[in-house]
Amino acid sequence: MSTTTTASPNEAKLWEGGKSPFNSEYGKVMMWYFLMSDAFTFGAFLISYGTVRFSTNGWPNSNEVFKSFPFAPEGVNAPLVFVSIMTFILIISSVTMVLAVHAGKNMDKQGVVRNMILTIIGGIAFLSCQAWEWNHLFHEGAWWGANPFLNADGTASTTNFTNFFFTITGFHGFHVFSGVVINIIMLIMTLLDKFEQRGHYLMIEKAGLYWHFVDLVWVFVFTIFYLL
Amino acid sequence: MSHSHTDQEAHNAEAMAEIKKVTIILSIFTIVELILGFWMISLTSEGLILAIKGTIVILMMAKAFYIVAYFMHLKHEVKNLIMTIVVPLSLFVWFIGAFLWDGSSFRNLRNKYNPYFKEQATIKVEKKEHGAAKHEATDAKHEVAPAAKHETIGTSHETAKPEVEPYY
Repeated sequence: MSTTTTASPNEAKLWEGGKSPFNSEYGKVMMWYFLMSDAFTFGAFLISYGTVRFSTNGWPNSNEVFKSFPFAPEGVNAPLVFVSIMTFILIISSVTMVLAVHAGKNMDKQGVVRNMILTIIGGIAFLSCQAWEWNHLFHEGAWWGANPFLNADGTASTTNFTNFFFTITGFHGFHVFSGVVINIIMLIMTLLDKFEQRGHYLMIEKAGLYWHFVDLVWVFVFTIFYLL
Repeated sequence: MSHSHTDQEAHNAEAMAEIKKVTIILSIFTIVELILGFWMISLTSEGLILAIKGTIVILMMAKAFYIVAYFMHLKHEVKNLIMTIVVPLSLFVWFIGAFLWDGSSFRNLRNKYNPYFKEQATIKVEKKEHGAAKHEATDAKHEVAPAAKHETIGTSHETAKPEVEPYY
């Protein structure tokens, strides 16, 4: 950032050397390429789910599978309620992450610390929700290779549904977990004044890109597993 | 000096307004998705359900655009950087089209040439008892021995109700 000019880059002279053609820091560009490759991984998972679903005659009804709510009495029928809370937790934590990045651009240490703490809390809340849901489904008999649910039309269901559900939400949950760990490291580095010494908060921006990607993937996972 | 300071402040206000706007848009889209999802539960018309699912997919893509463009700041990057990210990702258009088409074609072929596959999709089965399923999942190891015993004894109850094995 410090080496590039803030003036809009001249297209013709962009590649003639002496300046960064992408007007962006190396680490940030590399984070984008990592996220692109990660998008292909998640895309492959979700497309294989779609392919298998399209090649199967019946499929469980998500409103029946995901109808439970913590602390609610057994057999409560509350489809979509719990997952909408999870979705909003992730959206809000994404907003606090943007605010942390924004505070970092202004060299506002207090703002970064406050918003990073809120983001970490959001991430942990999401992981707790997912842990509850996995535990609940496990006690209903669902796991890799075990599917207690019937298809929507009452015919026997394959284990494809639970296999894909646990693999994809598990892979996403692992991303959330690593995002929380990265955010905690960023928070500690901020508290140790590492970024004040460097003179910029670019690391927060890179962690922010990763965290937003995690939220982005959840947009797809949530829609595909719970709504469609 | 004071000029650049006010410039910075104006830029800050602009950025905050953008964050607020995108937050509201994402929340509204999510709420609309959820309303459509709730509405879909009570519907039976195949055509209408398909239309709602299409709407939900469009809303999903719009949310993805807002997250990537504004939260991840891609819209404010240099065009060359945007292109190196977006152009490779456009492979997904082909991926999704080809693989879903392949899946649906595989189902049609199996329904046509594999009578067992087709028949299996018409046999209704009883949902396993909640407690039974729980027992089976948590105590899988303990379940093995009694289940095997049942098989050798072959009680009338077992033979009267043939298991319908799901066909992959």
